[in-house]
Amino acid sequence: MNDSRDQLSGVNLVVRGLHKSFGEQKVLDGIGFEVRPGEIFVIMGPSGSGKSVLLKHLIGLETPDAGEILLNGEPIHSPEIAAKYRLALVFQSGALLNSLTVGENVGLYLTEHRLKPAAEIEKIVSEKLADVGLNGLMDKLPSELSGGMRKRVAIARALVIEPQLILYDEPTSELDPLSSVVIGNEILNLKRRIHVTSLVVSHDRDLAFGVADRIAVIAEGKILIIGTPDEVKNFNHPLVQEFLHADFKREG
Amino acid sequence: MFRNIGEIVLLFWRTLLALPLAWRQRQKVLEQFFEIGNASLLMVCMLSFFIGGVISLNFGPTLVERSFANILGGVVGLGIARELAPVMMAILIAGRIGSAMAAEIGSMRVYQEIDALRTMNINPVHYLVLPRLVAITLALPLLVVFSILVGWFGGALVANYQHQMDIPFKVFFANMKDLVALKDVANGVFKSFFFAIIIGVVSCHQGLTTIGGPRGIGRSVTKAVVNSIVLIVIFDYLLTSFWLLLTRMGLI
Repeated sequence: MNDSRDQLSGVNLVVRGLHKSFGEQKVLDGIGFEVRPGEIFVIMGPSGSGKSVLLKHLIGLETPDAGEILLNGEPIHSPEIAAKYRLALVFQSGALLNSLTVGENVGLYLTEHRLKPAAEIEKIVSEKLADVGLNGLMDKLPSELSGGMRKRVAIARALVIEPQLILYDEPTSELDPLSSVVIGNEILNLKRRIHVTSLVVSHDRDLAFGVADRIAVIAEGKILIIGTPDEVKNFNHPLVQEFLHADFKREG
Repeated sequence: MFRNIGEIVLLFWRTLLALPLAWRQRQKVLEQFFEIGNASLLMVCMLSFFIGGVISLNFGPTLVERSFANILGGVVGLGIARELAPVMMAILIAGRIGSAMAAEIGSMRVYQEIDALRTMNINPVHYLVLPRLVAITLALPLLVVFSILVGWFGGALVANYQHQMDIPFKVFFANMKDLVALKDVANGVFKSFFFAIIIGVVSCHQGLTTIGGPRGIGRSVTKAVVNSIVLIVIFDYLLTSFWLLLTRMGLI
């Protein structure tokens, strides 16, 4: 699995003219962007802007009405893709299998696909858990962990696949600021260590500006801007500025 | 219910295609098998004992009055082996195990665990449905054989000790031996095999199609049990007719 440098490096992701409607409601209205190999690309936008639906398209849980999604130039829905490239999604909820232990969750991909002998799987699992700072939790059940820990286990589970593309769905939602920073650093570490392509969907401004190489802001199913964090900050569009500078108003 | 028949048949077909993988999933099959056995054995025992007893109680005094006391063994023997054991056990297992299957798979669906399996390229039919279906089709016929034996014993005990009957064990079992053949037990086991498939596929299908939160899971559980029971009763008639046809054609 990790026998060549090429297999470990990230892939190129291109999305072109993606349209999706549910009944009368247009959710994605011509979305297009490119994520370069090894890049951390953050998609930001308010709730209901189409971020989660976009992510479901990228992982193949939804099919678009129109448009295409290409991984290294090949359509993501073609049957060979699953065998050729390794993709991982870190779910917003973690989506750990609650009846399995943390160790079994992290090693599930290897066990089910019979990729390694049991002893080796155990070694890999403890390595990956150590990578996300969760030593010695192999025998715990997901219900015994905090929200932040569950998310880190979900990242460890994604790492076992040795992914070339990781998709994160709101990785810091429901987390306290310290845990958010831990997750943010983890995303940066992975880029450094395995040069993985990362696509982060989030409405967390701190996370987005802290980790992103480039940011896309999406609203009402359309992309308003794609650029570096500085370019996005300085982009003069009322919706973008409102989203970036939303704050409480206290009187007196 | 009938709207879903196509989907249920399709799920059954997909599971059949996956049967060669059952050996790989043997650990999970065994777990489910013991779960079904452990959870149900005591209930099966009690239910069967009292069913046997009540049949004796219903028919015994009338038969004794009309000097047919010696055929009670055959009546109880045939009634339990051909009809009551398979149908009552199937209904018990639908309530006990089918509901658990629908609830477990349903909550996995609601909490995105099944989506997580898909992103790891793990087929939920292979991982969740196959072991459950194999386990229940092995376990239910065995439980039915056990139920038949306990039911006979319950019938004999009541016939012997109830003061309006006083039919000795020897007479009861001698008549049963005359009237009940091995093929009558085979009839019950044959039907229970199909009932097991109905419970397994209907319950797993309900689980996999669960939507909504906890209320959705509750709805799925109810539907799984009710639909299973309705189909069991309908198939009971069809399978009994089929068995009679085979007997008439001299194939059994």
